[in-house]
Amino acid sequence: MEFLLVQALSGLSSAASLFLVASGLSIIFGVMRIVNFAHGAFYMLGAYVAFTLTDRFSGPLGFWGGILVACLIVSVVGALMEMLLLRRIYHAPELFQLLATFGVTLMVQDIVLLIWGPEDLMGPRAPGFTGAIELLGRRVPTYDLLLIGLGPLVLGLLWLLFHGTRWGVLVRAATQDRDMVAALGVNQKWLFTSVFALGVFLAALGGALQIPRTTVSHAMDLSIIVEVFVVVVIGGLGSVPGAFVAAVLVSELNAFGILVLPKISMVVVFLVMAVVLVVRPWGLFGKPEGTPRAAAGLSIRPWKPMSGVERMLVALAVVAAAALPLFAGNYVLSVSTEILVFVLFAASLHFLMTVGGLASFGHAAYFGLGAYGAAFMVKYLGAPMELALLAGPLLGLAGAVLFGWFCVRLSGVYFAMLTLAFAQIAWSVAFQWVEVTGGDNGMLSIWPSSWASSPQAFFWLTLGIVAVGVGVLRMLVFSPFGFGLRAARDSSLRSEAIGINRKSTQWVAFIVAGTFAGVAGSLLAFLKGSVFPENLAIPTSVDGLVMVLLGGIETVSGAVIGAIVYKALAIWLMSKTELSKLILGATIVLLVVAFPKGIVGFLEDLRHRLKPPRQNGAKPEAALVAKAEAAE
Amino acid sequence: MKLEVSGLNSHYGPAHILFDVGFEVGAGEVVALLGRNGAGKSTTFRSIVGLVSQRTGQIRFEGEDVSRLPTYDIVRRGLGYVPEDRRVFTELTVEENFVVGRQPARPGVATWTPERIYELFPNLGEMRKRPGGQMSGGEQQMLTIGRTLMGNPSLVLLDEPSEGLAPKIVEQMADAILTMKREGLSIVISEQNLHFAKLISDRAYIIEKGRMRFSGTMAELEANPEIRDAYLAV
Repeated sequence: MEFLLVQALSGLSSAASLFLVASGLSIIFGVMRIVNFAHGAFYMLGAYVAFTLTDRFSGPLGFWGGILVACLIVSVVGALMEMLLLRRIYHAPELFQLLATFGVTLMVQDIVLLIWGPEDLMGPRAPGFTGAIELLGRRVPTYDLLLIGLGPLVLGLLWLLFHGTRWGVLVRAATQDRDMVAALGVNQKWLFTSVFALGVFLAALGGALQIPRTTVSHAMDLSIIVEVFVVVVIGGLGSVPGAFVAAVLVSELNAFGILVLPKISMVVVFLVMAVVLVVRPWGLFGKPEGTPRAAAGLSIRPWKPMSGVERMLVALAVVAAAALPLFAGNYVLSVSTEILVFVLFAASLHFLMTVGGLASFGHAAYFGLGAYGAAFMVKYLGAPMELALLAGPLLGLAGAVLFGWFCVRLSGVYFAMLTLAFAQIAWSVAFQWVEVTGGDNGMLSIWPSSWASSPQAFFWLTLGIVAVGVGVLRMLVFSPFGFGLRAARDSSLRSEAIGINRKSTQWVAFIVAGTFAGVAGSLLAFLKGSVFPENLAIPTSVDGLVMVLLGGIETVSGAVIGAIVYKALAIWLMSKTELSKLILGATIVLLVVAFPKGIVGFLEDLRHRLKPPRQNGAKPEAALVAKAEAAE
Repeated sequence: MKLEVSGLNSHYGPAHILFDVGFEVGAGEVVALLGRNGAGKSTTFRSIVGLVSQRTGQIRFEGEDVSRLPTYDIVRRGLGYVPEDRRVFTELTVEENFVVGRQPARPGVATWTPERIYELFPNLGEMRKRPGGQMSGGEQQMLTIGRTLMGNPSLVLLDEPSEGLAPKIVEQMADAILTMKREGLSIVISEQNLHFAKLISDRAYIIEKGRMRFSGTMAELEANPEIRDAYLAV
């Protein structure tokens, strides 16, 4: 009994930081409609800056003053990011906003590494709260009790701020109707910047308050952001009380889940989240969103089947690729095979994102599941490569069936957050279930059959599978199923009115995309001869998103070209610099701000500018319609 | 002139909605903008306050061109806007809705306080703490007018204030608008209801399919029933 009480108290004290970060995310989303992926980065920055200040200035004033100053510094950084970056992309699709803020997250990771080094840092204890008190015969740290009291205190202060000040009333009004607030003479720019600064302040405070409890490390950002996404999905985006209740719920589930399923405690949280989503897809305290807007929505030119010349060019490209093993060395071949694998991965994500309008931030889950599926076949069933390549992707398919069923119930940012959370759960299972997956050590010796073991043969095998896979995905775009999927993406109400079941159509698309990602994953397992949890980690998912974005989200060829360019660049960069995340993050931000249509879109625009469409076509008009839709 | 609009063209995406719309409002005048459903009345108002981004033309308010200013800046100069669909903040109480609209006093213009608005709309005074979402349509219409008045405007664009209201409330609305006029406000009111417009307006414009078709005093409109029949009759 006493043990359970202590466990409950420990859960409550963890809830405080989670609530601070989640409420900041929620407030920002409520007013600005942006899910700030960089929120985890600000949480981490808060901890690091507070570490430096409290380390430097000791004593109660040094400690508490240091924490406060750290939060102020970080919120100024946040305000700068809002003014320099976010203001440029308020009218961009949600996907771009998520990606841009993720790019900032990547940059912060390397910047933190540069400033504070790779070691975990141990901060000072909080003056006056270093001891513990006896509670029912067990010792509870007084600092935990302080945190337990702090959560409700901040909740109350936020309530006062939003109900007792004009600024707070404006924020609540803007949460409902931004245009009307402007039409009453309120300067939104200033309001947005101040809201963003407050949200970042709360995230930084959440991080700074962690230093007496845990070490400060550069993995803090991603671990908190996933938990925070789970919290806001359960509590409802935009609701501060929802963030509080859900933070307590998730922390308690974590605290007790460890007792039930010590290895995979995340699963307990996941089950609760699943139930909430089925009963109230908009969260416990959230409000149902209006008709979902398309996640991509940048298709300026309607898709059309390829012309004869274009078919010839594609055939030529495949033939040229097939000739590569005749003169390329082993290293080039293995790099090229890897690029091919990612071409299929990117094409499957592209299908889901642009044809289906479902921007997944966790597509690597199905890629990695496919890889683990193949590895399981080899390790536990002794299957040969041929069988493993056929059966391995089924694990990706199964994951897509299960996760997809929940995900298609949501749309837009909720969908993105949920896919990310599922991918993180899949990752933590692969990471923690050491007996089956080998955990961090991965699974080794997954080698191809002897006929395919030479780099040349495996390249040809991969090229064949990838070419067929991309071809099938492209055919699906122009199939009746593809038309239905695009209709559901463009207007879910109208498509339902003509008899398309949006959810089941999107679910099938999710499964198709997951399965092809699984095929790519199985190929990767045999290419590398090994499988690691990183195959289904968030960075892999984001790699896929960047490939699609880089190539241009409009066309299948964009995904292919994006994958080739990105993967080649990434492999080259990795060999040249230590700061690959900084460069990658900056690239993402630059792409989103300056080239939102990617390489292929940019080239097509250029072509259209140099050679205006003929008079008889209705193209300019169609372009205007699409632009208007994108602007809405 | 208080407000001069000329050569106003507006688009929603590929759709051209307003074609060279122009009209004027003198200080202290009440002008009616009449037209059928979909004629372009709301788009005209939304274009003036900058809520339609694709627009060209000149909008002079108190002699200054405001067509390139952001919405909040136009409004802060004293050009108030009451939208057609009311758009009250449903989570906010009556008092809080007023707080959102509040702007500093303006020299030479009537200054409004919540108390004065409660005098204008006594119903609102009885529900100061009620959230906007729990009010009747008529009460919401009063609230949205009061909210705009809190910005101490010198001119108000009123988009169909009588729409969907009970006859008794419409009368109350007409009284309130006449009170606002006595306070020296210039008012542009868009209407489909000619009877209501006649009660309060000095002059009228008729808009049809995005073009101005008629301009004149209410008496002139009265004297030309064929115009009324051509552009306003259902």
